[in-house]
Amino acid sequence: MRFLRTFLDKQAPLFEEGGKLEKLFPLWEATDTLLYSPSSVSKGTIHVRDGLDLKRMMGIVVFGLLPIVFMAMLNVGRQAHLAIAAGATPLENWQTGLFQAMGFQFTNALWPNFVHGAIYFLPIFITCFAAGGAIEVWFSIVRKHEVNEGFFVTGFLLPLTLPPTIPLWQVALGTAFGVFIGKEIFGGTGMNVFNPALVSRAFLFFAYPAQISGDAPWIAANFAGVDGFSGATWLSRAATGGMEAINNLGADAWRQAFIGFMPGSMGETSTLLCIVGALVIVATQIGSWRTIVGLTLGTFAMSFVLNQVGSDTNAMFALPFHWHIVLGGWAFGTVFMATDPVSSSFTDKGKWIYGFMTGVLVVLARVVNPAYPEGMMLAILFMNMFAPLIDHFVVQANIKRRAARHEAVQ
Amino acid sequence: MFEHYLSLAVKAIFVENMALAFFLGMCSFLAVSKKVDTALGLGAAVTFVLTVTAPLNYLLYTFLLKEGAMSWLGPQFVSIDLSFLRFLAFIGSIAASVQIVEMIMDKFAPALYSALGVFLPLIAVNCAILGAALFIVERDYTLGESTVFGLGSGIGFWLAIVALAALREKMVYSNVPAGLRGLGITFIVTGLMAIGFMAFAGIQL
Repeated sequence: MRFLRTFLDKQAPLFEEGGKLEKLFPLWEATDTLLYSPSSVSKGTIHVRDGLDLKRMMGIVVFGLLPIVFMAMLNVGRQAHLAIAAGATPLENWQTGLFQAMGFQFTNALWPNFVHGAIYFLPIFITCFAAGGAIEVWFSIVRKHEVNEGFFVTGFLLPLTLPPTIPLWQVALGTAFGVFIGKEIFGGTGMNVFNPALVSRAFLFFAYPAQISGDAPWIAANFAGVDGFSGATWLSRAATGGMEAINNLGADAWRQAFIGFMPGSMGETSTLLCIVGALVIVATQIGSWRTIVGLTLGTFAMSFVLNQVGSDTNAMFALPFHWHIVLGGWAFGTVFMATDPVSSSFTDKGKWIYGFMTGVLVVLARVVNPAYPEGMMLAILFMNMFAPLIDHFVVQANIKRRAARHEAVQ
Repeated sequence: MFEHYLSLAVKAIFVENMALAFFLGMCSFLAVSKKVDTALGLGAAVTFVLTVTAPLNYLLYTFLLKEGAMSWLGPQFVSIDLSFLRFLAFIGSIAASVQIVEMIMDKFAPALYSALGVFLPLIAVNCAILGAALFIVERDYTLGESTVFGLGSGIGFWLAIVALAALREKMVYSNVPAGLRGLGITFIVTGLMAIGFMAFAGIQL
């Protein structure tokens, strides 16, 4: 490995001030710090409790996401093969061509599922990184700051929230929007006010609803006209048919939904692996357990209330709590989106309130709003908007309390 | 009846938010949202003025301006239609209410009064307030409905402006490109907030 180090060092003068490629310094710096730990150390009297820098922090989140990435590939292939077994035809695109050229059959088994899913997931993933990375690098060159690892997480999160059949140009456009408007114009990682991955997804959701909502995009197979087969996510089946539709899925359905074998956005299906991810980010104190617990309590409270109220016209009222948390993007959003340390509340009390309110809103949006079966994305975006306000009131209350205590002591 | 009013209020606050769904009242929304405390004050003032003027303008319109509204004065007034005067009349009643708010605030909250500065009298020409009066005419609300609608729109505007103020206080730590600092980035944040408020779009109550 030594020759790589010497090679990088040899290139350094080119990029440093006065060098020929001075403008591209951020790019060189990013490559260098990605491969080697930076040799720069803090100067002066500074107290470091822990060497947790942005790079390690983002690395841990990505580590927590990895099982979900593999599950996403497995499930995309599995859903496609189940549809094909039920009479659907494979999509006519290069992905199918590549899959067949590799010598695989459309059978529901581990390796074909995994490879078929990867053929859909990886192009979206790569597009996302290329588009977002290009904007990130462009901004860092123009604004002369370093390329941040923050984009790694956005780049991992966004593809996992998208359906497998989404056109790649939409992925590129959506990522560009999220990174540009959601993050870079605020100054980059840590300075944004909304979660960039969710801004991307919301943009795609409102701009191109046909490719990201409804019943068609969740399974990578052409199942139109196949009798008795529905490509709808289980959440939207619940939205139209209520508990009856859920019960029709079979006795084993809850367990399957918990593990993640159902149609949906690529990474959102597995509640089990989201819990594993939650353990990783909570144990390392990157995500706040307060937000997660608060959100769970909010969801429980609101779904309990709606179960009790009941409704003759809206079947969703009857959906119980234990179904809410395995359907749709609830688990993924709770663990990886709502806990985003930048766009959620900062104060401990604020995190409880923020989480609880998000939980209440998710259930409300799912049940009361017939326009969207899913409410997780918009609920979190909505609460992102109020996170600083919650903090403001928590801080004010704290100041008032301490002032009163101070008065009392004197 | 109560349920009807409740759903009207929820609709006015969230689904048809004055600031973030109709983009009305943008001037004060953008200008007085630098600090949470002043935003709270302005939001309260706007809410008060809306709650007072919405039923007031409703009464003005139904008993003076609408075609045949003055029939209660006598049969010779039945054919009179003064609805072309409604903009003037509405603005007049709004300006009067704002004047009252201003005097009250000057007396009881002088600090807030000076913090709001010119934007307090400017509530008189806040489009959200005139907009509410015109929506009432357009949608044929009753007196009760107008009051609830006025209060709801006010609370919606309040919520939006306070949230924006808190976001802007947080964004002090952001490193926004020079050309976008101030109003530019605020416009963009307002747009993103509107996307957030779309969580409620489509709710049927």
